[in-house]
Amino acid sequence: MNRSERENAARRIMERTPPVVPPDLCARAVRRGGRLLRRRRIALRLLWLLLFAAAVAFAVWSLTVRPWVEPPSEVTPPLTGW
Amino acid sequence: MRERLVAQDARRAREFEAFVAGAAGRLLHTATLLTAESPADNPRARRLLTHALAHTYAGWDRLRGEDPYDDARQHLATRYARGMWHQYGGLGRSRPHPDSPLAALGPQERLILVLRLFEGVAEEQTAALLGLPVERVRTICDRATAGLLHPRRGPAPAVVRARTATP
Repeated sequence: MNRSERENAARRIMERTPPVVPPDLCARAVRRGGRLLRRRRIALRLLWLLLFAAAVAFAVWSLTVRPWVEPPSEVTPPLTGW
Repeated sequence: MRERLVAQDARRAREFEAFVAGAAGRLLHTATLLTAESPADNPRARRLLTHALAHTYAGWDRLRGEDPYDDARQHLATRYARGMWHQYGGLGRSRPHPDSPLAALGPQERLILVLRLFEGVAEEQTAALLGLPVERVRTICDRATAGLLHPRRGPAPAVVRARTATP
């Protein structure tokens, strides 16, 4: 018995008794899949919202603090009466 | 926006229903072979298939011309492979049913045999899907084929021992 004969015999054994498909399988899968999809959409929306909020917060903070402006020197004494 | 979503949902449900009507029989057969349950009573195979189909449904809009059958089969195989490790300790829960043709094989042998021969997935793809070397897949498949065609005999050694002990 060579390889392909063995494989065909194994295939025949496996294909002997097909099970009966329950009628509510599709409905259950759709219900479950819909829930999964809804949850994924909500998570995506939350992530976008978080990103947007972070961007707004950063913009507001940078406009109020202006971190790019050089702070006035606190070490050198004021030069007066020279 | 809402209208478009509703229309998309309806279209997806329609297409998915047509797909399930065509493919569920074959997929359930595959799942039943994997779980080694009797074809007449296969609650674990049904649960496995329902979960795999739910994932296919959730990713339906992103398939973009890919074969949904392929996707469902992939979910089925990876889900089963992940569950395999939890079932070694299970008491009786995962015991193979004697009506199943693959009752004599181990979970991994069943998985590879079913993917390779029953589903006709190529060796390389099976190996990539399960994260195994190709040679290992070939070895396990050969061993599983041999185990299926020539099942090991029952408690023969006990009889021999009994006979040697009597005189």
